[in-house]
Amino acid sequence: MNKNKNKISPDELSEDRAVREIMEKMAAGDLKEIETAFDRAQTMKCCPIGSGISGICCKNCAMGPCRVREDRTGLCGATMGTIAARNLARHIAAGASAHSDHGRDLAHLLGLVAEGKAPGFKINDELKLLKLAKNLGISIDDRDTKEIAKETSKKALSLFGQQLGEIDLIKLAPKKRQEVWRKNNVVPRGIDREIVETMHRTHMGVDQDAEHILDHTIRTALSDGWGGSMVATEITDILFRTPQAVPAKTNLGMLDNDKVNLVIHGHEPTLSELIVELSNDEEIIEYAKSKGAQGINIVGICCTANEVLMRQGVSPIGNFLSQEIAMMTGAIELMVVDIQCIMQALGELSKRFHTKLITTSAKCKIPGATHMEFKDNNGIELAREIITMAIDNFKNRKEVFIPNITDDLVAGFSHEYIRYALGGKFRESFRPLNDAIIDGRIQGVVAIVGCNNARVPHDKYHNFLTRELIKRDYLVVLTGCAAISTAKCGLMKPEALKYAGEGLRSICEAVGIPPILHMGSCVDNSRILTVLSEVVSEGGLGEDISDLPVAGIAPEWMSEKALSIGTYFVASGVYTIFSGEPIPVESSQEVKGIITKKWEEKFGGKLEYVSDINEVLNKVIGHIQAKRKALKIDVKKERVLFDMEARRGMENV
Amino acid sequence: MSKIIATSAIKGSYKILKRAEKSLKECIKKHGQDQKIEFPNTGYYLPVIYSMTGIKVEKLSDAAGVLEEAKKLLPSVPSGKVWIPYLGGALDAGIATLWAEEIIEAIKYIDGPLPNNGIWLGAATDVILRERGIEFVDGSAPGFAACVGACKENKTAVKVARELQGKNIYVFMSASTDGKSMAEQLVEEGVELGWGTRLVPYGKDITATVYAAGFAARVALSFGGVQPGDFRKMLLYNKDRVFAFVLALGEVDEEKYANAAGAINFGFPTIADTQIPEILPRGVCTYEHVVSNISDDEIVSKAIEIRGLKVTIDKVDVPVAFGPAFEGERVRKENTYVEFGGNKSEAVEFLSMAGSSEVEDGKIEVFGPEVDDVKEVGSALPLGIFVQVYGRKMEEDFEPVMERQIHYFLNYPSGVFHMGQRDIPWLRFSKDAVKSGFKIKHIGTVLHAKMHSQFANIMDKVQIKIYTNPEDVIALKKKAREVFKARDERLGALTDESVDTFYSCTLCQSFAPNHVCAVSPERPGLCGAYNWLDCKASYEINPTGPNQPIKKSETLDENLGVWKGINDFVYKASHQTLESFSAYSMIINPMTSCGCFEVIVTILPSINGVMAVNREYPGMTPSGMKFSTMAGMVGGGIQTPGFIGISKFFIGSKKFIKADGGLKRLAWMPKELKEEIRDLLEARAKEMGIEDFLDKVATEEEAETEEEVLEWIQKVNHPVLKMEPMI
Repeated sequence: MNKNKNKISPDELSEDRAVREIMEKMAAGDLKEIETAFDRAQTMKCCPIGSGISGICCKNCAMGPCRVREDRTGLCGATMGTIAARNLARHIAAGASAHSDHGRDLAHLLGLVAEGKAPGFKINDELKLLKLAKNLGISIDDRDTKEIAKETSKKALSLFGQQLGEIDLIKLAPKKRQEVWRKNNVVPRGIDREIVETMHRTHMGVDQDAEHILDHTIRTALSDGWGGSMVATEITDILFRTPQAVPAKTNLGMLDNDKVNLVIHGHEPTLSELIVELSNDEEIIEYAKSKGAQGINIVGICCTANEVLMRQGVSPIGNFLSQEIAMMTGAIELMVVDIQCIMQALGELSKRFHTKLITTSAKCKIPGATHMEFKDNNGIELAREIITMAIDNFKNRKEVFIPNITDDLVAGFSHEYIRYALGGKFRESFRPLNDAIIDGRIQGVVAIVGCNNARVPHDKYHNFLTRELIKRDYLVVLTGCAAISTAKCGLMKPEALKYAGEGLRSICEAVGIPPILHMGSCVDNSRILTVLSEVVSEGGLGEDISDLPVAGIAPEWMSEKALSIGTYFVASGVYTIFSGEPIPVESSQEVKGIITKKWEEKFGGKLEYVSDINEVLNKVIGHIQAKRKALKIDVKKERVLFDMEARRGMENV
Repeated sequence: MSKIIATSAIKGSYKILKRAEKSLKECIKKHGQDQKIEFPNTGYYLPVIYSMTGIKVEKLSDAAGVLEEAKKLLPSVPSGKVWIPYLGGALDAGIATLWAEEIIEAIKYIDGPLPNNGIWLGAATDVILRERGIEFVDGSAPGFAACVGACKENKTAVKVARELQGKNIYVFMSASTDGKSMAEQLVEEGVELGWGTRLVPYGKDITATVYAAGFAARVALSFGGVQPGDFRKMLLYNKDRVFAFVLALGEVDEEKYANAAGAINFGFPTIADTQIPEILPRGVCTYEHVVSNISDDEIVSKAIEIRGLKVTIDKVDVPVAFGPAFEGERVRKENTYVEFGGNKSEAVEFLSMAGSSEVEDGKIEVFGPEVDDVKEVGSALPLGIFVQVYGRKMEEDFEPVMERQIHYFLNYPSGVFHMGQRDIPWLRFSKDAVKSGFKIKHIGTVLHAKMHSQFANIMDKVQIKIYTNPEDVIALKKKAREVFKARDERLGALTDESVDTFYSCTLCQSFAPNHVCAVSPERPGLCGAYNWLDCKASYEINPTGPNQPIKKSETLDENLGVWKGINDFVYKASHQTLESFSAYSMIINPMTSCGCFEVIVTILPSINGVMAVNREYPGMTPSGMKFSTMAGMVGGGIQTPGFIGISKFFIGSKKFIKADGGLKRLAWMPKELKEEIRDLLEARAKEMGIEDFLDKVATEEEAETEEEVLEWIQKVNHPVLKMEPMI
C-alpha cells in the first residue's frame, strides 16, 4: 500500500466525472489499497535522462547505457543529437510497426475471406473494395468480387515486403506533395523494409548523422500513415462496412446493473465485431436470462471501442486511463483484449474482482489473464465461448458500483460519410467544407489525436483545446482516446453546437453535425490524410496539404504510435504539436532544430513540443491564421456574379 | 434553423412518394403494368429520372422500379435529440421527391386531369426545349425563376413577373398558396402567359414544379453533352451554367420544402417572401441555399444576387415594358390599334451607312401620320423605316447584319409585334401599348438605343427616318430593293475559296464548353443564326468576343475541307479535345455541335444515303430515332461520325457534305422542312443538273422506316443508287 495515495484530489487527476467517482469510492472504501496508473504516476517520477529532459540515454550497445549531456558523448563518441535522433527513430519505428502489423493482419484476413476460409466474416463494402483495388492498380473490369478481393489482399500484403519503388497508396496524396517526398527521397519503398532499416541504421555504429537518421524516420512514418494504417482502415471498412453517422452513448454509466457486461478492449475490430453480432443472438440472450441476467451488454474501451462504435454504435465506456477504473466497478463479467495499450496491471487487478480477463491475440499474453487465441477460422466459436464464459460469470458478481454518468454522442465520420453529409448521395463533395473555410465560417481544421497519459490530468487537455477551438470557429476532428475524451464531456453530440462560435455553429446547423467529428480509432488517422488530400483537390485552398489552414495536436500522448502519427502528419505537411509529456529529444537543440525548422523547410510541417496548453492553443491559431493569410482568405471577398461572358470563360465541369 | 427545413423536406418527400405510390398502384390496376407512360413529344422520357439514372421510363412497371429506388433514398426524420446529420438525407429526399413527381405528372397524361388544360401547359416538348434552350445559350435568357405558390396580391404577382421578364429571366409557375397560383393571379390581371412571353404556367399542383427541374435536366443533356445516368455531371452543369432559382411565394408547406431540397441539388437556391428558416452557408449552391423574409420589392434582385447572376439590361426610353421576354408576345387582331405591312399596306425597312455629315445621332423623324392620327382603330398604315448609320469602322458588309436586328429590337417593346424583314415586314401596335403612350416615333427610340448598345464598336452615329405616307414608303422601297439585290449578289459570290479567313463561334461555350463552330462563307453556324458576315461584324464589335478570325493557312485536304490554321484553332478552343475536323464531311472528323443545330443529318446505311430532320419534327424518322434521341448523340461538342448538326440553309450549300457526295445523298427529310427550303434546294439541284431531284427525296408521307425509304428510292430511281459507297 502506498502512503502518498490520494494526496492529489481526483478532481485534479481526471476530468471524467465517472472516473472521479470511482476514485472517491476507492479512497473511502475497502479498495483503498488498490493502485492504478494514477497512483503509480505519483509514486514514481520519470527518469529525467530517459525522457530526454536533462540529457539523453543511449542503451543500444553493452558499453552503455551512456548518460550523455551537451558536454559529454557516449563511449563510442555518439553525440546527444545522434542519440536523440536514434532514440526517436526507434520509437517511431515501433509505433509504425504497431499500426502496420495491425494492417497486415487485416490484409491477410481479407484474403481468407475471399477464399471462404474465415467463417463469420464477409465483404461488407464492395464499392470500397473496388476503390482500394483500383488504387492498388488491380484491374476490375467485370471480375468476380472474390477474385478482386483475393488479389487486393495479395497486393496489400506485398506492400509490406516490397523492397524497391514506391508504395502505391502515396499516389492518393496531392501531386505536389508526392513531388516533395520524391525530391527529399523519402517515399517509402516497402512498409516492413523501412522499419527494419530504421532498426539497422540505429544499431551501434551505423547511421550517425542526425538529419540523415531523421529523414529516414520520415520515410518510416510515411510507410505507416500512407501504408500500414491506410491498409488497415481501408480493409476494415471493406470487411465491416464504412462508418456512417451513428448515435451512441458513452462513459461508465453504460455498464448495466442487470445485464452481463462484456468489455472489449484494445485495437482490433475483428473478433469484437463477431462478439457484438453474436450478443444479439436470441439463443445467447435466452442463455443469459437463464443465468439471471436481463441480457448482454457489450461495451468498449480504447480503440476496439472506437472501431465498433463507428460501425455499430457500441458504447465506449472509457479511454486508456479508464481501463483499470472500469474494472473497479465490479460490474464487468469479462474483459476481452486484443492488442496495444492494454495495461499489464489488468492481470493482477482482475484477480481482485470477479472479472475474467481474456487475451485473444497470438501476439499478446498477460500474466493473470486466460489466453483464448483467436485464429482466422475459429472466430464464431471463440466469440460464443467468450460470451458464454461471461454469462456464466454473472453469478459471481459481488458488490457493484456503476457511476450514473453517461453522455450522448454522434460518431461515424469516415471521409466518405463526411462527403455524403455535405451534399447527399448525388452532390457529395468537400465543396461546402472548402467554401466554409474560404468564407471564414470555419477558420481551420484541427485534428486532436492520441492517448491519455497518467502524468497529465486525464482528458483535461483534450477537452480544453477542443472547447477553446470550437468556440473560435475551428472545426475539430478526433480519433482514438482523444475522441472518447471529448465525447465523455458532451462535446460530441449535435446539441454541443451551442458551444461553437457563430460561424462553425452555422455549419453545424446547416449540415446537422456536431461541432467535432469522430473519425475513428488511432489507426484511422489515415482518414484524416485522405480528407486533407480531398480538400486540396476540391480546390480553392492551395495545391498541397501544407497550404491548408490545418494543424494537428497530440496533447496527452504517451504511445510510440502517437509519435509515428505525428511524424507522418508532419511529413504530409501538417504542423503538429505534442503536449503533456515531452518528446524524448527535448535536451538536444540539434534534433529539435531538425524536427522543427529543417522539417518545415523540407516538408512544410514541423513537429514541436509545447508544454503550456494555452501556448499550444495560441500557436495552433497563429499557424492557421498565417495559412489563411497566405491563401488570401483572411479578408472577406466580394461575391462573384456571373454574366454570359464569365460563363463562357468557365472551365469545363 | 435548418433542421426545421430538413425535417419538413423529409416529411414532405414521404407525402409525395406516398401519393406517387397510390397513383401508380391505381393506374397499374386500371391499365396493367405494361401501360405506356410518357411526357408528350420528348426523347428524354421522364427527364429528371432519365438524366440521373439513365432509366428510360416507358411502361408503368419501369415507373414502379424507379419509385422503389426513390423510397430507398428517404432518410428517417431527424430526431429531436442527438440527431444525425440531416443535410445529405434531406437532399436525397429532394431527389426522391422529383422522381415521384415526374411519375405523378406522367400518370396524369394517362388518367387525367391532363396537365395541359386551361391556362396550364404541363410538360414542355423537345421543340420548345430547343427553341428556348438557345436563349439560355446565347445569353438572351440567363436562367429561370421557378415560382412556387402565389403572391400576397395580384398586383405583386404582376410586378414580380414583369421584373423577371425585364431581366430576361423565364418565369416557371407551379403550385398554389391558399388555393391560388401566381399564374392565375397574372391571368386575372390580363397578363399574357406562354412560352413566347417567358411566363410559363406549368401546373397548379405542387408536383408540376418538377417540370422546371426536368427542363434543367434536359438542357444539360441536350446542350451540355451530359450522358444519361451521369447524375453528378448533370447537377453540376446546372449549378455552374443554368442560373435558376426558386421563389417560394406564400406559406411554405412540407411538400414545397421537399421540392426546394430537390432544387438545391441542382444548385438552385430558394428565396422566400415569408419568414421561414434559412440555410446561409454555401457549397451545394454557389451561394446561400435558403434565404427568407424578402420583401416583394427586393425579391427579384435579391434572388439574382443569391444565385450569383449578373444581368445587364439596356434602358430604353419607351413608355412600355421592354426586353427580349416580350419577343414572343402576340398582338391579336382584336387587340390591334394600328398595323403596318403584312399585305395590308406598303412597308419596308432599310439600313444603310452614310457619311458623318449626313447623320445626326439620335435624330428621329416621322414623316406622315402618327398613331394619334389613326382614324379607325385596327386599320393599317404604310411604313418605311430608314436607318442611317455612320461609323469609322463601319463597312458595307455590316449593313445586312445590323438591318436584320431590326426584327429583334422591334419585338422587345411590350405590345409591339414584328415579323419579316427587308421589304416584307409586318408590325402591329396593341391597344394597350398605344394607350400607354407608345408612338411610331418610338420605333426610332428603340432602334437608336439598341443599335448603340449592340454595335457601339463599329458605329458612332445613327439616325432614323420613319415614313408613314404611301409615296415616301414606295420610293424608299424602290431604292432599298436595288441595294438588296446587290447584297444578295455579293453574298452569292462569297465562297470558302474566295476568302482566307473563317470565323470561330464559341458563343455556346457557356453551355457546351468544348464546342467550337468554324463559320465559313458557305457554311453558316449550325444554329442558322450566324453566317460568315455576322461573325465578321461581331468580331469588329467585340474583338475579344466569341467570334474570332481564323486564318485558314495551309490547305491539308481540299476535298474534306481541312486547313491547318482551322485545326490549330479548334484544338485550342475545344480545350484540346478535338485535333482535327473536316468542314465538308460527316464521316471523317465531322464538325461538332453545341446542341443548337436546326437540322441533324445522319446516314441511312442500307440506302447509302442520308436523311435530314429538323428540330421541329416530333415524329419517328427512318433512322429509328426521333430528333431528340439523335440530338443527345450529336450535341455537347462531341465528334460523332455519321451525324452532323447543321443549319437549314447549309443543305442548299455547294459544300453540304461535299466530300461524302453532296446533296445527291439526301434521301429523306420531313415535308415541313422540304417546303421551307424548297426554293433553295431547287436552285441547287438545278445547278447540279438534276432538276427533279427534290421530288425523289422522300418525306414522312412516302416513307417512315429505312426499308420504306429503300423501296422509295428504288421506285423513283434516286441518284444515290448510282453512287459510290459512303463509307
